[in-house]
Amino acid sequence: MNNVINQIGIENYIFLASLLFCIGVFGVLYRRNAIIVFMSIEIMLNAVNLLFVAFSTFRQDAEGQVFVFFSMAVAAAEVAVGLAILVSVYRNIGSIDIANLKNLKG
Amino acid sequence: MDKTLALVLLLSPFAGFLFNVFFGKKVSKGVSGAIGTITVLVSFLLSICFFAQLNQNGKPFEISLFDWISVHNFKLDFGLLLDQLSLLWLLFVTGIGSLIHLYSISYMHDDENMHKFFAYLNLFIFFMITLVIGNNLLVMFIGWEGVGLCSYLLIGFWYKNQSYNDAANKAFIMNRIGDLGFLIGIFILGSLFSTLNYVEIKQALLDGNANTALLSAAALCLFIGACGKSAQLPLYTWLPDAMAGPTPVSALIHAATMVTAGIFMVTRMNFLFDLTPDVQNIIAIVGAATALVAASIGLLQNDIKKVLAYSTVSQLGLMFLALGLGAYNVAVFHVITHAFFKACLFLGSGSVIHGLHGEQDMRKMGGLRKAMPITFWTMMISTLAIAGIFPFAGFWSKDEILMVAFEHNKVLWVVASIASIMTAFYMFRLMYLTFFKDFRGTQHQKDHLHESPSLITIPLVILAILAFIGGAINLPGSTWLNHFLGPILAAKHEEHALGSHEYMLMGIAMAGAVFGILWAYSKYIKQAFVPKEDAEIIGFNKVIYNKYYVDEFYTFLIVRPLNSLSNFFRTTLESALGKVVFSFGTVANGIGIQGKKLQTGSIGLYLFAFVIGICAIITYLFIAK
Repeated sequence: MNNVINQIGIENYIFLASLLFCIGVFGVLYRRNAIIVFMSIEIMLNAVNLLFVAFSTFRQDAEGQVFVFFSMAVAAAEVAVGLAILVSVYRNIGSIDIANLKNLKG
Repeated sequence: MDKTLALVLLLSPFAGFLFNVFFGKKVSKGVSGAIGTITVLVSFLLSICFFAQLNQNGKPFEISLFDWISVHNFKLDFGLLLDQLSLLWLLFVTGIGSLIHLYSISYMHDDENMHKFFAYLNLFIFFMITLVIGNNLLVMFIGWEGVGLCSYLLIGFWYKNQSYNDAANKAFIMNRIGDLGFLIGIFILGSLFSTLNYVEIKQALLDGNANTALLSAAALCLFIGACGKSAQLPLYTWLPDAMAGPTPVSALIHAATMVTAGIFMVTRMNFLFDLTPDVQNIIAIVGAATALVAASIGLLQNDIKKVLAYSTVSQLGLMFLALGLGAYNVAVFHVITHAFFKACLFLGSGSVIHGLHGEQDMRKMGGLRKAMPITFWTMMISTLAIAGIFPFAGFWSKDEILMVAFEHNKVLWVVASIASIMTAFYMFRLMYLTFFKDFRGTQHQKDHLHESPSLITIPLVILAILAFIGGAINLPGSTWLNHFLGPILAAKHEEHALGSHEYMLMGIAMAGAVFGILWAYSKYIKQAFVPKEDAEIIGFNKVIYNKYYVDEFYTFLIVRPLNSLSNFFRTTLESALGKVVFSFGTVANGIGIQGKKLQTGSIGLYLFAFVIGICAIITYLFIAK
């Protein structure tokens, strides 16, 4: 089998995906800017997508790729909704710092 | 063509009902009444057409409209059956119905809800036609329930009076008891024969091999249904109270047509009852007992309509006596003549009440003969008919019942004869108190005494003529009715040869009636006796005047325990249940109050919890592996 997986090795894909995921996690935890938090979440999502595609090729099975298509479509919709929320948050309180959203208290 | 006509016959009153419901308020009262009357008249004319046709070729006419129920091997179509029996019923239901509609135009003219009245009346006629015209028991049941509904609506027509509403409820609930019996009877027959079609059940019964015990149970259940609808012991108490409705309703529904539905049903299922002699005995005994009890209560009632109501119950009892003795044709004969004279009597009493501006107490009447001659004479003819005086219609039919009773069972004959004497007495008591001697009402009423308008008197005259000559359809010599009904009934009832025996019985019946009349004459004309005020009635008279306290007995036996049971449920059980249900709510509420503290509003914290959660899940999955 002469493809990218064999040339580079599956473990490197796993490392990369894990790294991306951790970057996403720390971004979510440390940053207070809502857009950055949002981007971090997307990074996590795409780390998982990458892993999906890598394993799909590794196992010669198209199922993982199909799954990625779905997750991308859902992510796109989610981004649209999320950004809309952020826009309306900004319009209401003039900031997108998540610390300023305290009045969402139940 | 015939199918269309039959449908028109059935649906014409329904069209009248729809018109009066949707447009009755917009058109004038006269139009509303006229539409109501004409639609019924159309049905009557079509009934005559079908009747003539049947008389010519003698073939019953059955049409199936559509397949109704088809489950497994149980099959039922929605069909109409126009045979001798249903046509006879159709004729007098729609005929008397038209007359009473005509009468109501004038009688109800001052009522603001006249269109509603006609809507209900038309609906009643529609359901009554459904009841008699169906080709199976289930269609009959639809009509059966429908007429019950209309009866309820019309008894409570003046709904602002609470006691009228109570009477309506009573009628409805009492009928429900009977209807349950009817329904169970239908179920038993359905499970036995896999059909409810009359003709098919008859065929299956003729083939034999049906379980006799189950057949008896079915027949008994059907008879319970008939008891409810036709006001027999022990379910009769609703009928006298039903007089709360407007008088035309009492005449149409609670005297001439609806209450004869039970007799129709038993006659319809005669092949079934013939096979269950035990049930027939019960019917005969119940009928005779009802005739006697109701007649004795009628002796002392002072409300003009109540007297007529008890007389109706008593006459229905006589009809059931005939049914129980297997003389279906005799019962049908009496149904028809009774419809004529009882409708006339009720309409006449309505005319009297109308003339006295709503007064119903006979103690406050008297001497109306001069002021209301037409009402007086028509009622007199009908009274002679119901008392059984030769040659009025009632004489022939009642005499036949007595003859049949004499043949089968002397005790029943004696009971029925006593009931007949009582009938003659209380009917003439009614006439004497109402029309003879001096007027006992207020001066104001006296000044305004007048004969009713012609729309009221015309139906009276027609009905009085019918009450006079109605007996001609089945005179002992030329028994047209017996022949006509021959194909429907198992022809086991042999013709009477008019021997000395029969003449003697006729003579006894006549003598009894005359005795009753003279008794009433001596008491109310010679001694000029006027019934006492309620408080002054004592002794056994008081027991009779209060209808043997049957209502009180039922209240004590059934209503009170039911009420206290519901009270128990409401106060104890319901509050206990309520506590359980509310405690669920309290718990959920508490959880919510505690849980909402988790929502601090700090999004950083949420995200942290979210990451911790992911880590926990991943760790768990690793360990689980």
